[in-house]
Amino acid sequence: MAGNLRALRRRIRSTQSTKKIFSAQELIAGARIVRAQARVEASKPYAREITRVLSALAGSASLDHPLLTERQDPRRAAVLVITSDRGFAGSYNVNVLRRTEELLSLLRQEGKEPLLYVVGRKGETYYSFRHRTMADTFTGFSEQPNYVDAQRVGEVLIGAFTDGEDDDGDGPGADGVLGVDELHIVYTEFRSLLSQVPVAKRMAPLEVEEVEEFEHEQEDRERGVARGSGASEVPTSYEFEPSADVLLDALLPKYVTSRIYAAMLEAAASESASRRRAMKSASDNAEELAKNLSRLANQARQAEITQEISEIVGGADALVAANTDD
Amino acid sequence: MATLQVELVAVERLIWSGEASMVIARTTEGELGVLPGHAPLLGQLAEGGVVTVRTTEGEDMVVAAHGGFLSVSDRGVSILAETAEISSEIDVERAREALRRAEERSDDPEALAAARRAQSRLRAAGQDV
Repeated sequence: MAGNLRALRRRIRSTQSTKKIFSAQELIAGARIVRAQARVEASKPYAREITRVLSALAGSASLDHPLLTERQDPRRAAVLVITSDRGFAGSYNVNVLRRTEELLSLLRQEGKEPLLYVVGRKGETYYSFRHRTMADTFTGFSEQPNYVDAQRVGEVLIGAFTDGEDDDGDGPGADGVLGVDELHIVYTEFRSLLSQVPVAKRMAPLEVEEVEEFEHEQEDRERGVARGSGASEVPTSYEFEPSADVLLDALLPKYVTSRIYAAMLEAAASESASRRRAMKSASDNAEELAKNLSRLANQARQAEITQEISEIVGGADALVAANTDD
Repeated sequence: MATLQVELVAVERLIWSGEASMVIARTTEGELGVLPGHAPLLGQLAEGGVVTVRTTEGEDMVVAAHGGFLSVSDRGVSILAETAEISSEIDVERAREALRRAEERSDDPEALAAARRAQSRLRAAGQDV
């Protein structure tokens, strides 16, 4: 009996100390969400401007840049998965990886061989545990990504994409390097504090609608010119320095990189939000457990006392009975 | 007097926005001055280039912009850069140190890029390089 009580007390103590860890994690994650959201906001002006510049360019440059053109017979597709470096984030990584598996099987159905590029230690262990080959991994910045990190990832991906430009079916083309024909990204979109959704998007060739959007905008402007008046926005025909094609060449990789960066920031915000939620329920559970355990411990303690009393009373009774016999 | 609405945007944040009377930049094609009413223009900034923004108060704000673009439209001027620093925020000692370190390994392409960045930082801070 006494042993049982001691064991219970030990469990209560350990539950309480894990609870402290959970609630500390919860607080940290909470602070990180705010910071991550601020960074998402801060990165928006650049994304807006670069999209505006691109749309201005789209009308003037020839749109046959490799990052814009659909390749005939795409064979290999790069998939960039953004996971977290640390666990303790509930279903965050599971969801991203499940979404990735869906994309991978879709790509395979289309006859494309997917190549994995993984951000985050959790994704890395997931795939290496299953003996799946990864083309490249990047770790150590999932919670607080910098633009430099996005640049590093972007360079690798865009490099692989340009290597794939001259690939001939399954054989490497003139440059002797096998590249990829498509770039996909899977990350967790931060909708709100309560809802984070894993999404898969194609980054290159840039989604057709987007280019069309640029073109429409440009067409609208041109129509504005044709009508001469009535258009609310003054039609702009830009001067380019250097030429539009050279500019597009320089700008598109930066655009792709900035989209990777935006995805990383969103993923970081989602990671912290998931972690906070997971840690909140973990510390709630720990508290519940500690409460139940202390009830049990109290019961055990009372039972022990009752037993002691009945033993004493029983002993006294026996003594009295022995004395009266004499 | 007409003014230019200038926005200096780096990838990680909006660095500065305000009114200016003139913007001087170096594109890959050459030096360029933008006054209010300039024709719409898109330009790529030269690597290691420095952009000077003359604010309406008459002060010059010098910016080291790396990997950037300049876009002039009827709405104003926006300078897009991967990283950008305003001269007053540049730590000259650190930039010198970075330049010295980068020059030691001058055969590495990354070090060369780092050297150019350090040079433009120093130039923006008004130092001789």
